[in-house]
This record gives sequence, structure tokens and C-alpha cells, in this order.
Amino acid sequence: MPDKKQDFIDQKLQDLNNDGVDRRGFLKCMAWAGTGLVWTLSGGIPVSRAFAKGIDRAAGKGGDFSFVQISDSHMGFNKPANPDVVATLQAAVNKINGLPNQPEFLLHTGDISHLSRPEQFDSVDQILKSATAKDVFFVPGEHDVIDDNGKSYLERYGKNATGSGWYSFDHKGVHFIGLVNVLNLKAGGLGSLGGEQLEWMEKDVKHLKHSTPIVVFAHIPLWAAYPAWGWGTEDSAQALAYLKKFGSVTVLNGHIHQTMQKVEGKVTFHTAMSTAFPQPQPGKADSPGPMKVPAEQLRSVLGITDVNYVRGQHSLAVVDSTLA
Amino acid sequence: MTKLNVWIAKLATPAAIAILLLCAGTANVAATDQPAAVTAEVKIDNFSFGPQTITVPAGTTVTWTNRDDIPHTVVSTDGVFKSKVRDTDEKFSFTFDKAGTYPYYCTIHPKMTGKVVVQ
Repeated sequence: MPDKKQDFIDQKLQDLNNDGVDRRGFLKCMAWAGTGLVWTLSGGIPVSRAFAKGIDRAAGKGGDFSFVQISDSHMGFNKPANPDVVATLQAAVNKINGLPNQPEFLLHTGDISHLSRPEQFDSVDQILKSATAKDVFFVPGEHDVIDDNGKSYLERYGKNATGSGWYSFDHKGVHFIGLVNVLNLKAGGLGSLGGEQLEWMEKDVKHLKHSTPIVVFAHIPLWAAYPAWGWGTEDSAQALAYLKKFGSVTVLNGHIHQTMQKVEGKVTFHTAMSTAFPQPQPGKADSPGPMKVPAEQLRSVLGITDVNYVRGQHSLAVVDSTLA
Repeated sequence: MTKLNVWIAKLATPAAIAILLLCAGTANVAATDQPAAVTAEVKIDNFSFGPQTITVPAGTTVTWTNRDDIPHTVVSTDGVFKSKVRDTDEKFSFTFDKAGTYPYYCTIHPKMTGKVVVQ
């Protein structure tokens, strides 16, 4: 068992090394079935604690809080990789409801539906009603804006949004920015934010204090996770430049159906698992399509991401756990 | 010349001309008569169009069939054609009447690109 874990760690290290990531600020973080490891960054230095009893904080104390990110529910998908995405999304909600520290809201980082159909969005809304956390914030994935350029997505989820669905909000001193990078995609290209959204973002963060923790969430990774498979955003560098002054930036993405993490200075990038089906690791298959695993293993490759903010620490603790 | 001969000549000449024209006309019609419609297939699988570049004569109807387990679209980069989302086993067809090069891509997965060359 320890050998398997060590191999797994080495493989993750290898993957990160091949990525060309600077070793300084390097973060080794993974959750394996049945256990959770909490890594927090304190002044850029990773500090770990066993997760068994939950994060060291009294729920609701001061400005402390947590929220949960789910992603890629692909409601309507019914192929062998997962014939029942309703059940696995419900399992994710049940998992969230069972967390020792209850989240104050949920973030869904897109691909809510599989084909942008009204009944698919309805299904997800219905299942999320059973979450104890009543507030859910969304950003669209490319599967949510098919055929109508996001019109039906916006009607449903864009009430407090600008443009094609971007928006920001504050929660207990943390500034959250929801971005849309799945519209007007060019042939051969990656995700795209566009000039109008970037201009909005520049203004949105301009007057915030440098000490404000920032959380950015968008569907497609905002860094070059694996461009050959479209896992990146053409103009994300501009967005990140607007966030340079901040002491703590956490970027939460989906799209790739697996966890991947990168730390670059004060910015932590993190992608979530899907609640529907896994996808292969970069380059390990011909294409980034749904990856079939033995039925009994499916829930161990699907999951949620719990994010904890402890006031005064500026950094957020990001914990992935599977549905197994 | 007898009156009869003149009459025959007067009748025959336009008739002959008419027949010649008719033949010419018929030949033209024969030349533009369509044989069985020309079709071509592109398979969509593994996040790619196969063949990625297809060359066809003008008038060909190209049919894309999605064999992938993920939906895709077929959209011209120049606004010439645009499919609705195609899930597994669904098809999209377009008839290319004019010669030219028609690059296209999947708007859901823009790394997927293809080209139809019409001659």
C-alpha cells in the first residue's frame, strides 16, 4: 500500500515537473479515497494537517467560512462512462450535506448540462435543492451554451450578471469573481475571456485593498494545463495581471474532470473532479473524452472540492474528496 | 426548279436547322444531366474529423456522422454552414455547390478543425 501511494506521489511530481512549474512554491496535494489531507499555504509554505476532524475552526467564528465547488455534472450524459449522472450528482450533494463544517454556499464551475437542454438544467436545479447550502453560484461550461450562444443559460443563471454572464460578489471579506471563458471560441483555439469581460474585470478589482483574498472561478482552466487538448484560456494572462497586487488569489476551474493544482507566486490554481465522469490525464489517451473505469471504481474518480477560509490567514485551504 | 422542289427546300431547310438545333440542345441537356448525386462521408470520432481534409467535386453532399461519445458541432469559420449540436450517431449534411475551400470546426471543442475542398 505505501509503495502504491509513493508511486502515485512520484507520478504526480513527475506530471508537475513536466509541466515546467517552478519548484519554489511547489505544492504537493492530493486526496485519496477514504482520507483527506488539508494543505494550507501560510506565507507560501505548505503546511499540512490530517483532515479527520475537519478544519481547525469553530464554525462561523469571526469571518471564517467554507464553500464547496462542484463541477461538470453533465446532466443528460448517459454513455458507458456513467449511465446515471443523476445518482452521482445526488451522491455529491449528500457528501456535501455530510461535511463536518457546512459550506455557506456552493460554486458550480460549469458543464451543468450536457446539451444545454431546459430539462437538463431543471434536473440539476432540482437535485441542488436537496443541498443544505441554499445559495449556488454558477459559471457556464461549453456544454451549457450550445446552439444559442448562452441565451438560455443567461436567462436561467444570469440575473445578477453582466455581459455574457460574468459577475462578482463579496462574502465575509473575500472577493469572488465568476468569469465566462466558453463563448466565441475560435477555430483551433482555447478558452476565451474577450475584451469586454477583461475591461469589466479590471474595473471590478481596481479599488480593492491588496489584502483582500480573491477567488476567481471559471470553467476552462485559466492556465495552460494542457493546450493540445484545449485545456487553457487564450487571454487569461491579462486577467491574472489585474490580480498581481493581491496577496492571495485562488483560481478554481473545472472542464478537465480531474484535480490538478499549480502554485505560481501568490496564485493557487486548482481544478475540480467532475460529478459525472472522469477524463484521462494529459497525453495519456488519444483524446480528452469520457474515460470508462470499472463500475465499482467510478465514485472514487468523481468528487467535490471543499474550500476553507480562515480569517487572518489570507490563504484558502482547498481539499478534494471523492464520492467513494 | 419546280414549285414543289422550292416548297420542299423551304420546308426542309428550317426543319433541318431545327433538328440540328434540337440535337445541339439535346447534347447540351445531356451534358448537364446529373448522374446519381455525389455524396461523401466524414466521421467524427475521438475529438477529430476523419478525414480532416476532404476533397470533393462541386455539387457533393457531405454528411458528417458523430461516432464519438460526446456531442460536437460542425460550423464553417466563414459562416457558410452551421450544424445544431450533434450527439452520438446524429448526422449533419451540407451540399457544396461552389468550388472553394471551406474550413470548419467544432464550436464546443475548437481544437477540432477540418476542411472541405470543393473542385
